[in-house]
Amino acid sequence: MDMQASKKKLGLKERYQVMTRGLDWTPSYQKMEDIYPYVAYEGIKIHDWDKWEDPFRLTMDAYWKYQAEKERKLYAIIDAYAQNNGHLGVTDARYINTVKLFISGISPLEYVAHRGFTHVGRQFPGAGPRVACLMQSLDEIRHAQTQVHSISNYNKYYNGVHDFHHAHDRIWFLSVPKSFFDDAITAGPFEFMVAIGFSFEYVLTNLLFVPFVSGAAYNGDMGTMTFGFSAQSDEARHMTLGLEVIKFILEQDPDNLPIVQRWIDKWTWRGYRVLTLVAMMMDYMLPKRTMSWKEAWEVYFEENGGALFKDLARYGITMPKCAEQIALEKDHLSHQAWSTFYNYGAATNFHTWMPDEDEMAWLTAKYPESFDKHYRPRYEYWREQAAKGNRFYNKTLPMLCQTCQIPLVFTEPGDPTKICYREVDFKDEKYHFCSDHCKAIFEHEPEKYVQAWMPVHQIYQGNCFPEGTDPTVEGFDPLAAVLKYYHLEHGRDNLDFEGSEDQKNFDEWRGMATKNV
Amino acid sequence: MQIDLRTVSIKPLRNTFDHLVRRFGDKPASRYQEGSYDIQADANLQYRPTWDPEHELHDPGRTAIVMADWYAFKDPRQYYYGAYTLARARQQESAESSFEFVESRGLLAQMDEATRALALAVLMPLRHAAWGANMNNTGMCADGYGTLITQPCMYHAMDNLGVAQYLTRLGLLLGDVTTLDAGREAWLNDVRWQPLRRLVEKTLVTQDWFELFVAQNFVLDGLLYPLIYEQFVDKHLNAHGGAGVSMLTAFMGEWHGETRRWIDSVIKIAAAESDANKALLTEWTRQWRGAAVEALSPIAQQALGDTAADVLATVDQSFNDRAAKLGLTL
Repeated sequence: MDMQASKKKLGLKERYQVMTRGLDWTPSYQKMEDIYPYVAYEGIKIHDWDKWEDPFRLTMDAYWKYQAEKERKLYAIIDAYAQNNGHLGVTDARYINTVKLFISGISPLEYVAHRGFTHVGRQFPGAGPRVACLMQSLDEIRHAQTQVHSISNYNKYYNGVHDFHHAHDRIWFLSVPKSFFDDAITAGPFEFMVAIGFSFEYVLTNLLFVPFVSGAAYNGDMGTMTFGFSAQSDEARHMTLGLEVIKFILEQDPDNLPIVQRWIDKWTWRGYRVLTLVAMMMDYMLPKRTMSWKEAWEVYFEENGGALFKDLARYGITMPKCAEQIALEKDHLSHQAWSTFYNYGAATNFHTWMPDEDEMAWLTAKYPESFDKHYRPRYEYWREQAAKGNRFYNKTLPMLCQTCQIPLVFTEPGDPTKICYREVDFKDEKYHFCSDHCKAIFEHEPEKYVQAWMPVHQIYQGNCFPEGTDPTVEGFDPLAAVLKYYHLEHGRDNLDFEGSEDQKNFDEWRGMATKNV
Repeated sequence: MQIDLRTVSIKPLRNTFDHLVRRFGDKPASRYQEGSYDIQADANLQYRPTWDPEHELHDPGRTAIVMADWYAFKDPRQYYYGAYTLARARQQESAESSFEFVESRGLLAQMDEATRALALAVLMPLRHAAWGANMNNTGMCADGYGTLITQPCMYHAMDNLGVAQYLTRLGLLLGDVTTLDAGREAWLNDVRWQPLRRLVEKTLVTQDWFELFVAQNFVLDGLLYPLIYEQFVDKHLNAHGGAGVSMLTAFMGEWHGETRRWIDSVIKIAAAESDANKALLTEWTRQWRGAAVEALSPIAQQALGDTAADVLATVDQSFNDRAAKLGLTL
């Protein structure tokens, strides 16, 4: 018998289809809406899931094979880097604070992304997008874990991240990235895909993930750089998925356009507010800078993003309105952020410092419109005060934005001398916002955002002290109690870099590694 | 003689992260521990899911099983992503050699037409059963609580997809795309496959994720894999010139043996936690086992003919023995 003769040869596309969506069937013993209960309530209309174009074609055997090769290489480098005390080769010990920011602020988000893609990977009635989401779910747990494994060695030698999971759920500024991702995963499956798959992974990834990895490369941190490079091909897949999602939804029904546009507006702004942390990292925390925040925004959003939105214009999608305000803020964002962290340096899990003379000159050159006029004088004053032994630590608590949870420190669009405040009354309560965009996001879904776990409110309500704390006793020190609740060790994990244990140890260890003593 | 390679030695400030020190003491942690324990947020969650406002985002209340510590479910394989992909990459390499070997030696031609048709009739509809298992394990990972148990569910889901894809390749090798269509047709309309499809569709609407774990991973696959891959493929087909098929499904048998260790540990740990858990697990197992045996019997009949009832009874019996060892009294 010759079986080959009658065989219809499958093309790559058909072959992938029988390996994925060909496995699916339309149920008849149960109702579709019982199997996929969450797909209708956002109002997105999908008529034909078969129109989904697979953004990549990876069967499980190929996935295992390629990913295992990458894992082998990555862990070999991580091991070598640790064994060789690679951390002593970074530009200077201030750099390590970038790593602290990354593991406590960003890595936990990779984990939430994993759970989010798992959730939507179960919920879409289309088998094609479901499989693509599952692959991404698996990649995201990879990223969460490889990041922990890469950075684990830093924790052994430096302070601040010894309890980073605990920190992520509690420390005031970490509620900014956390609430961003919690917002996305608690949204419906389509909004999640637009928020994370498209806005975050496609539009903003070059402004988030890439600056950290490039920063690592520029500063001699091979451990961090390697997981970044190892994740690159995963990220490329995620980007194609993000773009396909948008196109698919928009092509399915014209009624989807206003919903998707609102989500893109919302998530560009939400994402941009999270990027505040990246902006200050790029301009202040990297001893060897890759580019300024402003330059990065111009290249990756204004140019590349501009081209993308031009491309999406045929679906009726327009550039998010918030881009205008972001353009006005780009001369100020990183400086306002770093000033805030310098202020609250007693309540952070990384060190802060004032830029040195060379760095000030770099900032002047990169920000000719704003730095010398608005920020240099402030820094010089703080530096003077620190030299006199009056390093300023702000011990009062700031008002937070109900949406992005950043303290109200940003200035009015176009007027860098005036703090921007917005407020809304909702059910007899007053809510505060950093901007018109955060206010608008709240107003669209107030029931959701009133639930926010606001770190400052929680402290005032007495919810951020260790169990058994009595705040009424004589001499009660609220900041000390809050640091205990955060599991931060005062004097080791926080305060200025100058005089820190990290600084002292690094100098001593580097001496051991480079000199004969 | 030992050679002494020198590196600069500096004393670390700490051995590992505090959350692992609290669990395991102050000593270096494994990569499994670093990548798995406590990495799901468990405090100060921001918003309730708009898709399930009755629950928190991560909520132990999505199952009736109660655990004092959801991180009790240590995976005996200690799979984190790296360990998992490396293990599967090795297996896919050997599966790949099997496919090549079978193809190059023309091993499938040793089967007569009736055996070939029988192999396809039994195996092709199972692509869809594996797909159902993929959806269910994805759902367990999404709804579950604590990374120690949700993480292996995700790996299991991808394995289920892998199984469905190996079956697809087998179908394409032994037949062509119409072979797959015929399997789908049987899954959808052949009266012998309807009880199983009905059961699988019922699992797709089962809300309690731990019950779903029992139904899918412990009971249904605990009966289906021994019945199909051990009894039907490895014994029955092998005896009729089907060694080639046996080679092409080697992954499934090996995989079932490996993942069984993890599934057993989950059941055992949950049952040992409390009498209430044990009662629930027993009840779920009993119900789903009854339904699964019923759903599998027409398939066993089709696959094994006269010996079907005896074989299924043996499979059922060894499943009961397995359950008893884990602390369930069925």
